[in-house]
Amino acid sequence: MYSRTYKTLVAVPPLLWVGVFLLLPYALMFAHGFWLVRDGFLVHQWNVQNYRALFTNPLYLQVFLRTARIAASVTLCSLLLGYPLAYYLSFHAGPRKEFLYQLVIIPLWVSYLVRGYAWKTILGSDGVLNGFLQYLHITREPVSFFLYSPFAVILVLTHIYTPFVFLPIYAALEHIPRPLVEASQDLGANRSATFLRVILPLSIPGLLAGAAFAFVLSLGDFLAPLLVGGPSATMIANIVQSLFGAAYDWPLGAAISVCILLITISLLFATERLEKRWSFK
Amino acid sequence: MSVAGAISPQKAPGSSAPLLEIHDIAKRFGQTEVLRNISLQIASGEFLTLLGESGSGKTTLLRLIAGFEQPTSGQIWMSSERLDTLPPYKRRVNTVFQNYALFPHLSVRENVAYGLRVKATPKHEIAVRVEDALGMVKMKDFVEARPATLSGGQQQRIALARALINRPKLLLLDEPLSALDANLRKKMQSELKTLQREIGIAFLFVTHDQDEAMALSDRIALLRNGAFEQVDSPREIYSHPATAYAAQFIGQTNLLRGEVRGDYASCGAIRICPVRGPDGPATFSLRPEAIKGALDATIGTPYMTFKATIRQQIYAGATELLEVDCAGQLLRVRVPAGEPLHGEHAFVFSPRDAVRIRD
Repeated sequence: MYSRTYKTLVAVPPLLWVGVFLLLPYALMFAHGFWLVRDGFLVHQWNVQNYRALFTNPLYLQVFLRTARIAASVTLCSLLLGYPLAYYLSFHAGPRKEFLYQLVIIPLWVSYLVRGYAWKTILGSDGVLNGFLQYLHITREPVSFFLYSPFAVILVLTHIYTPFVFLPIYAALEHIPRPLVEASQDLGANRSATFLRVILPLSIPGLLAGAAFAFVLSLGDFLAPLLVGGPSATMIANIVQSLFGAAYDWPLGAAISVCILLITISLLFATERLEKRWSFK
Repeated sequence: MSVAGAISPQKAPGSSAPLLEIHDIAKRFGQTEVLRNISLQIASGEFLTLLGESGSGKTTLLRLIAGFEQPTSGQIWMSSERLDTLPPYKRRVNTVFQNYALFPHLSVRENVAYGLRVKATPKHEIAVRVEDALGMVKMKDFVEARPATLSGGQQQRIALARALINRPKLLLLDEPLSALDANLRKKMQSELKTLQREIGIAFLFVTHDQDEAMALSDRIALLRNGAFEQVDSPREIYSHPATAYAAQFIGQTNLLRGEVRGDYASCGAIRICPVRGPDGPATFSLRPEAIKGALDATIGTPYMTFKATIRQQIYAGATELLEVDCAGQLLRVRVPAGEPLHGEHAFVFSPRDAVRIRD
């Protein structure tokens, strides 16, 4: 069919790409995790100090748990927003479907930073939200916890990741053959029973994919806490960022990164297995 | 509608009240008129087939009865209960879908039990009835299988069991056999007919296949462009087609166009006598097998004769189809298979077989 030379030529670029930009950096990161910094210099001396520090210093565990809590909240909120939205678009939007779909997608083209700053102006002490609440005399003084709090981080991340949750759910719902919905009603199931017994189970792969997106992306996010989080909402990626930057402790940063990477990979692996279990034909 | 029938053929046969009454139903999708003010009655235990080409409105009518579409005007009643205002899940009607629409995430058992489960039927009763329903369609060995692992014919049976377990008064079947290959189709046809007789539930069966309609139905409702062309028993439709369309859609026929004057009609070189009905232009349907070679004709009955030249002879096993030319008029004649024929021959037919139809 194809000649050996052709096959080689086709295979080389992607292999090079994966090798140089993926495997090599990961290998370097992995190696760094077992080195150490002495007197402000990186020393290539194999040791497990970094990992020991991770598990003994309560700060890291505390920040990691906070990160997981925030990521879980974001996942839950974006599922609660994204699923009904996808359901409405797929089953009840009629001719407005295409238009509404575009409305959901368009924010994805707007820079993350722009959206982060937009939230800053909305949530700040002299921001739009506080101004509005005072105008209505609901509050007398600016409410400070809107900005620089885990709440703000969850809000911004939910805003940013809901389209990512929406998309796979919408795709799954669109793939449900409509005669199945009719068959369910034909057999005596009303709308809610049809949803619970047919639509929801058949959309579980999309739901899992969406949840995995939201959770994994939130878990590694450092911009939202930087922009709207404040010290009470520092997340694990912020720690990594400072370790690689100002703190100049690449080995410890690498060790944390390896841990996050392992958690992420096992999560994705688990969701993929689950998705397979819930896929039919 | 039928010229031959004195009573309205849309009325269900039998004296008891009809099971389902379709009353003056119209359905439009935007500007397209899919059903044009049609009425029909279905009797309990009847096997009625909606026959028509694609786009004739047969599936739409089925979906109106199931509740998946709303009529633009008109009403549907089922044993003195207004049906068209109820949501699908409240109608005592079940559907066998064209591509079966089995739930892929449920086992055969769960698929069949679905209707009973959503109605919160006691577990032990569900178990017994699932067993019965699967026995009815000879699929007891497949309870734990997933639909995807079953063949088309097996999925078909499960779809049937899933619908029948709810003991509907009327079962709607939307071209259920169209996805099966020819042999399996024939087998399923006869099983379906036997099953319907045994359980005595009325079947409303949609198909575009006239042979299937003839083989299965108590009555056929022939749809064309959203209106009934004729509603009658298969025998009646075949022997007394009301219209040229009906005559040509069901079986083959010769259409003889001519003029009626008094008690006879002349259609080119062919004379038909006696005929009934008013004078004027008329069309007659004469089935190919109603024409016989003059030598085979039974002497004694009044018959018409004509002479025609053999143009073509198409062999079909037990019979053969002749295309003959009678003074410029081409006719098809079905005769028992025999010797090759050439040249001019005499043919006969009984005037009773020439059916006057609306053109």
